[in-house]
Amino acid sequence: MDDRGNARGYYGEFGGSFIPEILVATFDELTAAFSEAKADPEFWARYAELMSTYSCRPTPLTFCERLTKHFGGAQIYVKREDLNHTGAHKANNVMGQGLLVQRMGKTRVIAETGAGQHGVATATMAAKFGFDCTIYMGEIDVERQRPNVFWMERLGATVVAVTDGTRILKDAINEAFRDWVTSMDDTHYVLGTACGPHPFPEMVSYFQSIIGSEARDQIRAQTGALPKRIYACVGGGSNAMGIFSAFLDDSEVELIGVEAGGRGLETGEHASRLACGDASVGVAQGYKTYFLQTDDGQMRETHSVAAGLDYVGVSPILANLRDEGRVRFESATDREVIDALALTLKMEGLVPALESTHAFVQAFKEAPNLSPDDVIIINQSGRGDKDIFTVADAFEDPKWREFIKRKAEEYDAGA
Amino acid sequence: MLAHDLRMMRQEKEILLMTHIVLGYPNFDDCLRVIEGMVEAGVDLMELQIPFSEPIADGPVILRANQSSLAAGATVDQCLEFAESVTRRFDIPFLFMSYYNILFKYGVEAFSQKMSQIGMAGAIVPDLPPEEAGAYLAAMARYGLAPIFIYSPNTPETRMRMIADSADGFIYCVARKGVTGAGTEFSTDLEAYLARCRAATDLPLALGFGVKDKDDVDFLRGRVDIAVIGTQTIRVVEQQGVGAVGEFISRLR
Repeated sequence: MDDRGNARGYYGEFGGSFIPEILVATFDELTAAFSEAKADPEFWARYAELMSTYSCRPTPLTFCERLTKHFGGAQIYVKREDLNHTGAHKANNVMGQGLLVQRMGKTRVIAETGAGQHGVATATMAAKFGFDCTIYMGEIDVERQRPNVFWMERLGATVVAVTDGTRILKDAINEAFRDWVTSMDDTHYVLGTACGPHPFPEMVSYFQSIIGSEARDQIRAQTGALPKRIYACVGGGSNAMGIFSAFLDDSEVELIGVEAGGRGLETGEHASRLACGDASVGVAQGYKTYFLQTDDGQMRETHSVAAGLDYVGVSPILANLRDEGRVRFESATDREVIDALALTLKMEGLVPALESTHAFVQAFKEAPNLSPDDVIIINQSGRGDKDIFTVADAFEDPKWREFIKRKAEEYDAGA
Repeated sequence: MLAHDLRMMRQEKEILLMTHIVLGYPNFDDCLRVIEGMVEAGVDLMELQIPFSEPIADGPVILRANQSSLAAGATVDQCLEFAESVTRRFDIPFLFMSYYNILFKYGVEAFSQKMSQIGMAGAIVPDLPPEEAGAYLAAMARYGLAPIFIYSPNTPETRMRMIADSADGFIYCVARKGVTGAGTEFSTDLEAYLARCRAATDLPLALGFGVKDKDDVDFLRGRVDIAVIGTQTIRVVEQQGVGAVGEFISRLR
């Protein structure tokens, strides 16, 4: 897929590199390092080796027998990115960029994080490679993802709560850029998704393409055919690009991206850029794509129960694939996500992250209408343990609430 | 045109002063009083920043000014109307500074036409490198406006010349790495960098990022044509009030 963008990182009219002059030399250096690495067969071999010895690649492709029976339609398979080290597909991108940082001889990494998965993955990579690490995270996300903040700090990273703007993912990205314009001599910005200025969309998709190449081999080995449809949640778009990329040329495979419908598209409180008409083309955070913005071009507030999908922009590669008609976009509401999570837990013993569960929602809507001969794949981009506080609240679990109260009393008594 | 005007102004003064305000911060009335104070105190040209929700090249002071202005409801149309009233009243060149999305959403052609109608001299768009600026450059040229581009200390000489080919009015030299509002060391390194800038273009040179007092302006005299005082004037307003701006500017030169 990586030859589909042009030299300035344009995919159709989307992408590009809208960066302050001070960063131009840094992006030139990164683009050159990435091109050299890609051309070096040993680099990918080293990457694959690292992912198979430090993470759990290849991740399994799981047949969901009970869910398949329950819906009585297509055979449902799940690609298990939740079994990566640190619990999400984010590890694929981060370890790849870590190897690039080594090649470039830099000693410090910075990253933004929304759900905290990318932050934890980056902090883990930094610990393994011996890099200094600073993670920028919106103050609201720090509140809702405390367990991940705990782990990042234990892994040795400095976590900076971003108090400016809307205090979520996009503000963390702005703050990471502000760090980078000062620190680029020794620092690499490990952007977490297939967004941002060229070469990030291409580079992140390149490392994530390991998901799709495995899934393609696995589904053919297990079912003897290609799948009818593939579902992936879309925040920035990296897990979707990862699994879609191996199937882009298989026109019989329908690719479906599922965005955050939040409290419902009609409420305006969502993060659906491509699944509805609320977004328009703009330029922000260094690239051109569809943004949820006002007529003046100011970015709007977004909402999702899943912090990792709560973002104003979307991968320029996916924006182009949508406009070309190659990828269909749908949305799932917070409520639908909680219901699908409850079902998946009880019927398969799988614990998808709230982000990933968006893909399950759409697959569950469509599976009953497909034939038992059809095969579909859901990309479970991450695991849901990190969401225990949000999920427990959504399930209104009284025993959990009692436990937290008792825990708080213990801390109070000890203080 | 702007470059010519600046050269004429330089024949009267050894160094020109450019200041920066964020439109609508703390409100439009105070913006007008600040401009009044600045022009009376001898400021030679001004940047009017149209606030944007994602100002990635700005440091905390200007970032918060952008947010505060937007939170109070400032719109692009209001900024354009305000700018028109200002260019009518004060006889110095005014530039817009904003991020590309503001122009892109308005329509680059329509925005340039509007700038020309309301008497603006040019624009600074820090997230628009020349490579992405085709439509913008064509529109700015059509309306006789100056597209200001930026040099930074790590810009190679070949790139400096390429940028100069796209630019008009003057070149804005960023003094150091980082965002607006942090300290700058006025040193021999800076002197060498400015000499490289001077060699790469015949356009007037401005230097900004970290210029805060008379010593800094004195250092720049003879080395650049324009000293840019951005964040520091916003700090003066925040800490000492609108009335203190005139005196602050008068002491700089």
